[in-house]
Amino acid sequence: MGYLQKKHTKIVLSNVNIEIEKGKLVTVLGKNGIGKSTLLRTISKVQKPISGAVLINQKNSVQISEKELSTQLSLVLTERLPESQLTVYELIALGRQPYTNWIDKLSETDTKKINSAILQTEVEHLQNMRFYELSDGQLQRVLIARALAQDTEIIILDEPTAHLDMHHTVKIFSLLKKLVVETQKTIIISTHEANLAIQLADEIVLLTENKLYSDKPQELIDKKAFEDLFPKELIKFNSKLQQFTMNKI
Amino acid sequence: MRSYYRMKQTNYTKHFIFLSVLLVVLFFVNISLGSVSIPFQDIFNSLLGGKVSKESWETIILNFRLPKAITAVLVGSGLSICGLLMQTLFRNPLAGPFVLGISSGASLGVAILILGSSVFGGFLLTQSVSNWSLPIAASLGAFLVLSAVIIAANKVRNTMSILIIGLMFGSLTSAIISVLAYFSDSEQIQQYLFWSFGSLGNLSWREILVFTVIYLIGIINTIFVIKPLNSFLLGENYAKSLGINVKKSRNIILLTTSILTGVITAFSGPIAFIGLAVPHIARMLFLSSNHKILLPAVAIIGAIILLICDSIAQLPTSEFTLPINAITSLFGAPVVIWLLVRKKRIFV
Repeated sequence: MGYLQKKHTKIVLSNVNIEIEKGKLVTVLGKNGIGKSTLLRTISKVQKPISGAVLINQKNSVQISEKELSTQLSLVLTERLPESQLTVYELIALGRQPYTNWIDKLSETDTKKINSAILQTEVEHLQNMRFYELSDGQLQRVLIARALAQDTEIIILDEPTAHLDMHHTVKIFSLLKKLVVETQKTIIISTHEANLAIQLADEIVLLTENKLYSDKPQELIDKKAFEDLFPKELIKFNSKLQQFTMNKI
Repeated sequence: MRSYYRMKQTNYTKHFIFLSVLLVVLFFVNISLGSVSIPFQDIFNSLLGGKVSKESWETIILNFRLPKAITAVLVGSGLSICGLLMQTLFRNPLAGPFVLGISSGASLGVAILILGSSVFGGFLLTQSVSNWSLPIAASLGAFLVLSAVIIAANKVRNTMSILIIGLMFGSLTSAIISVLAYFSDSEQIQQYLFWSFGSLGNLSWREILVFTVIYLIGIINTIFVIKPLNSFLLGENYAKSLGINVKKSRNIILLTTSILTGVITAFSGPIAFIGLAVPHIARMLFLSSNHKILLPAVAIIGAIILLICDSIAQLPTSEFTLPINAITSLFGAPVVIWLLVRKKRIFV
């Protein structure tokens, strides 16, 4: 897995063999530049694997058309949205595009799905605002609502809490956890919030320099896998607290 | 919440009714103005096939002013739609119908036809420039430069690079035109200059028919890309994840823009400002980025503004007609500057 460049291939990750079960909250942990985004981009077919395959419901994602994939997998990306005057409602409604007709007319089912996505993410009060008026935390919830409206079994989020304060980070994580429990969706996120991931995730994919772990948080703690996540000079994993702590300076 | 959505829709309906009425009124105002003053009664009679006091008046209305007003509507709406398509595709508020090098291509075609005759000898242009040779040269030039841009565009992944490639082709062609102009007679340079001023008049009904058919093909294409256009508002990655075939949609948009601007430039010269500015005016009036609303809005406003510009260009009651290209910029640029300064925020 990695980037195909003109003459040479840059391998970011190799020997990735993970299986993700339906209805789980999966977090991908790893330090900057280790390949979290590459992993997610490959799973979501934004880029091709160098070798091997991504199977979604036992079907190779290469053989799934864009159209079909859009009803199975939705995305929340880190990239900034281009400036426009879309309202929050219109933005969430765009999530229905895989189901609407050629002129993009919303059916009864479409509006129902949009409304339930709005209710689940608690953004009712925002829906008539323009999306550029929102705070980062609100925008993130709206983007999650858009992914929910797309009504897919799998939602992939790339660092959904990157610009958020502690309060909003916890809010997003508990929202995602709630969605997994209530809707049985499979949610895969990459994050740097290792402490929260350990508490909330059903499964953690841990990318370290030498090895790739994929297991339940407790199992990983028992395997002492978290010790490899960061260089030990500054941060240590405290298995009693089940948290990373900073070394005393 | 649905009721809110509906309320907004009726709000837009009011806008649309107002603008449509304005368009019809301006269409008649435009026809009624000109160097020869004709009474209203006779204008209506000649349009509706009634009896006209003077035969020359009927000829003026039916063969000169009516075709010109129709051309203004087609050119204004067509350029504005192309501007909207380009701004959304490139997610750049400064994009316009000419960023793809279409106008420079058309200019190159016309320059080779007019200026080239003295450089390459008389074989290109033995007789005077016929009515059809200018549009054909312009379309050929636009088509050639555009094909080059589209071929290059399909080799790069980044949409922004297409924008820059278009600009580069633009400066390449203007360089060639400068070289041609350097070796040409002043008479031919003047003839080329007049073409570049733009003109809405002088189209025969047969030319208008050709124009309208190609225009309609472009419009129908545009209606089919409304859905991808709206998904492009989230960026290409989201559009792809929504099941949109990004490459195919991009090619349809590029092709449609080139057909529309190609035919417009061929028949009326490179008309500045309209394509860039009208989408911004429409967004400010309608406060929307939804293409289902913006496309018709942009088409009507574009037609209205070009009709106004053309009416000003005729300098009512005078015999002079100013170049339309100068009016669109003189009238339009300050309006856009004022709107932007007041609003402080521009959108795609």
